[in-house]
Amino acid sequence: MSPVVPPPAVALGVLLPVLVVLAAAAVVLVLDVLPPRDSKAHLGGVALAGIIGALLAIVMRWGTDARAFRDMVLLDTYALYFDLVICYAAALIVMFSMDYLGRTGSESGEYYSLLLFSTAGMMLMASAGDLIVVFLALELMSLSLYVLAGFFKQRLTSGEASMKYFLLGAFASSFLLYGIALIYGATGSTNLDRIAAAAATRNAEPMVLIGLAMMLVGFGFKISSVPFHMWAPDVYEGAPTSVTAFIATGSKAAAFAAMIRVLVVALRGAQPDWSALLWALAALTMTVGNVVALAQSNLKRLLAYSSIAHVGYMLMGLVAGGGPGPGAVLFYLLAYTFTTVGAFGAIALCARAGEEAVEVSDYAGLARRHPVLAATLALFFLSLIGIPPLAGFVAKFYLFGAAVRAGYIWLTVIAVLNSAVAAYYYLRVIVYMYMREPDGEPVAVAPSLAGGLALTLAVAGIVILGLMPAPFADLAQVAVAPLLR
Amino acid sequence: MSIGLLTAVTFLPALGALALTAVPRRLVEAHRAAGLGVTLLTLAVSLPLWFRFDGDSADMQFEELHRWLPSLGAGYHVGIDGISLLLVLLTTFLTPLALASAWHAIEDRTKEFVITMLLLETGMLGVFVSLDLFLFFVFWEAMLIPMYLVIGVWGGGNRIYAAVKFVLYTMVGSALMLVAILALYYQHGAATGIYTFDLTTLVRWVMPPGAGQSLMFLAFALAFAIKVPLFPFHTWLPDAHVEAPTAGSVILAGVLLKMGTYGFLRFCLPLFPDASVAFAPLVFALAVIGIVYGAFVSTVQPDLKKLVAYSSVSHLGFVMLGLFTLNQQGVVGGVIQMINHGLSTGALFLMVGMIYERRHTRLIADFGGLWKVVPAFSAMFLVVTLSSVGLPGLNGFVGEFLVLVGAFQVSGVLAAVATTGIIFAAVYLLWMYQRVAFGEIAHEENRRLSDLTPREWAVLVPVLVFIVWIGVYPSVFTGKTEATIAALLAQVESKAAVALVR
Repeated sequence: MSPVVPPPAVALGVLLPVLVVLAAAAVVLVLDVLPPRDSKAHLGGVALAGIIGALLAIVMRWGTDARAFRDMVLLDTYALYFDLVICYAAALIVMFSMDYLGRTGSESGEYYSLLLFSTAGMMLMASAGDLIVVFLALELMSLSLYVLAGFFKQRLTSGEASMKYFLLGAFASSFLLYGIALIYGATGSTNLDRIAAAAATRNAEPMVLIGLAMMLVGFGFKISSVPFHMWAPDVYEGAPTSVTAFIATGSKAAAFAAMIRVLVVALRGAQPDWSALLWALAALTMTVGNVVALAQSNLKRLLAYSSIAHVGYMLMGLVAGGGPGPGAVLFYLLAYTFTTVGAFGAIALCARAGEEAVEVSDYAGLARRHPVLAATLALFFLSLIGIPPLAGFVAKFYLFGAAVRAGYIWLTVIAVLNSAVAAYYYLRVIVYMYMREPDGEPVAVAPSLAGGLALTLAVAGIVILGLMPAPFADLAQVAVAPLLR
Repeated sequence: MSIGLLTAVTFLPALGALALTAVPRRLVEAHRAAGLGVTLLTLAVSLPLWFRFDGDSADMQFEELHRWLPSLGAGYHVGIDGISLLLVLLTTFLTPLALASAWHAIEDRTKEFVITMLLLETGMLGVFVSLDLFLFFVFWEAMLIPMYLVIGVWGGGNRIYAAVKFVLYTMVGSALMLVAILALYYQHGAATGIYTFDLTTLVRWVMPPGAGQSLMFLAFALAFAIKVPLFPFHTWLPDAHVEAPTAGSVILAGVLLKMGTYGFLRFCLPLFPDASVAFAPLVFALAVIGIVYGAFVSTVQPDLKKLVAYSSVSHLGFVMLGLFTLNQQGVVGGVIQMINHGLSTGALFLMVGMIYERRHTRLIADFGGLWKVVPAFSAMFLVVTLSSVGLPGLNGFVGEFLVLVGAFQVSGVLAAVATTGIIFAAVYLLWMYQRVAFGEIAHEENRRLSDLTPREWAVLVPVLVFIVWIGVYPSVFTGKTEATIAALLAQVESKAAVALVR
């Protein structure tokens, strides 16, 4: 006879930040069908208000260590840290979208509500204390993003991006699910803590290892690590630029959040195994990402490969392990998010002859016509290279430091040489902006208030993070503490 | 928290740059004047460093230490000793001259140019005053970008290639240095329990000799050798020099290259004494090859700027030779030679730039007989050329002489080979001068050249004063630095000895 399972206590407080976002999504959907029908500009404002509300909830909840629904949902500093990163990215992207969609004439309520739904999914991934929640949250995030990627219905590449993202994403999800099933089979639980307890007694059981490998495939797809990165360039290129920014930052941060928690908490017994695997993945990912990026002429594809390379760096932190390793990854994600959202946002502002300016050569002479925007974009690229005193440099410093500390000198050498290679293609964009003249019609830029504000925030972010990283780095260390208990 | 003199000197140019962003770009003259004003002010503020510096002390002076990244063990720690004092002043001295030389040469995007040059000055000064490896690395990398822009935006025809090559070379070198910095940090931390990037703390630690120390030395040395540039890492230099605008070349030759030699002195020798001693013969040999090779290649250059660029390879070979003699005369000579090269080669680039502005060519073959047309220019050019040759009575002689005295104590053969470099220098420089200034006027265009303007006089005279001053009475300058160098060498010796005893 099965024991009577009491219904779980409903502790909505633990879900507060997520609920605020979901509520905003619902409000946007309702307002969408109400007048005025011809202008949807205000919906962006509503979405933004929702995200700001969520940010307030996060700040209010900071320091708590709550769990609810039978430990399925956790609200610890780790989850809150990621909520902060994700909401920050979402807020900037909503602001860029208000600008970008207004210009492309595709403002609509469902865009903003889908954006909010995927944001909620991402936040849940960071809070997941159970593999089932990981999967559900991942699907909530992904399904919304699949639709968003194809949001420019009249544009063929957008549809292609959506289709590709969906098919490959579904494939990867099934890998993840299969991995979860195997882990469940081996340990008898989907709860992260209980998996850890069960796996500790049955170390290196083949079923656990196969499950681990399957899950790494699923996560590897979402963070776009080599060899599961094939979709990224096509999707990044085809999707609306604002959505690309979100796929590159929010979804990556969320996937890292879940992956780190699963690996460090549930599968800590198998650390030597996944550490060795990730070593190879990290080296492969950064090298392939950087080398292929050298050959790109499309800026969105270039950034896609560059983001793959950055995933390679971040995997180093996981390899390094301990406290400093994941802490450095968390800090890196923050710096990367600031920079990448800003870069894509700036690109979304640029148009040439009525088309989006996406070729690197479109940016020739930008510095002469729009010196401020060019300087801004240059700052983002310099931060991506890792030039001090910008966020990207400090983030790399912490990350490489963690790797050296753990004794992974050669992996660090591979990484720094990769950084030098990467400098070439980032500088190429700066070469076009500052050192070449445009042939034909120059890029026109018309940033609105929202777009300009978002750019300012992003620049402020990378400069502050670069000059005064200490409080944020400490924050990241505090955030990983719950994992290491 | 008070602002010290060094911080004021370092960040004054950056502050000026920040203020200039607010000035509308159409006020071109205002930008030029403000840029010059800021750099002159920086020079004025830096002068007390010289007068208040105690040359009898080997300690760091004007030190400032503020918390910055306490959890990491990195702080804002600046200070200068006898070596960095000279380089800081060289920087604050050359930057206004470079800006003044660019008064008419840079017509395009003047605002950006002035801002970039000011940021560059802050970066260079930061490198020379940092006493914290993290801080040092920040400045070291940060100054790359302004220089990249100076070459790439305001340079000549092949500027983009040269600019990218410059950055990539330096980045590869400094990337490995970053790993070595981190490795040093953790090794020191593991051995002493103190995790810090503070240089004054790190140099007190005697690192055990072995493969670890050698690898770290090589990583640092590669970064610095590329910057110097030491043969065979010099190939970026001719490109960068030829394409850079005059102001960029002056800064590049005058200050940037010194960052490499300075790095050897400040970091490699005291941090890795055993490896420095072990690899000294290699550096010695490369330096001598560089001296001779640079001189040979200079001789056959048809382009004035390229000739001066390759002569830098040769001259910097002398500096490296002096530093790695690891004896008092050699190192003092090397340091003085760093200053000399900054003055002489800086002045050569200035004058090549002046003649280029008039004729829009740098080919030696396009000149000839200039003495008859522009006697003042030619006379000044002669003095500067002779100072670069190393004529006794001018600055170049003092440095090269001391370096060779030091070198003969180490290896007679190599020193003898290096000495031929002086002869070759006379060959390529005097032959160049002869073809430019003497003979008949072969090109009609040259008859209409105008002589030095008051602005150009104002740029050249200060350099000439120092060229003669160092040549006649060098002890004013060596006096500030001898105590520091003696202490540095004693430190290297004692640390290497301690490690040996173990």
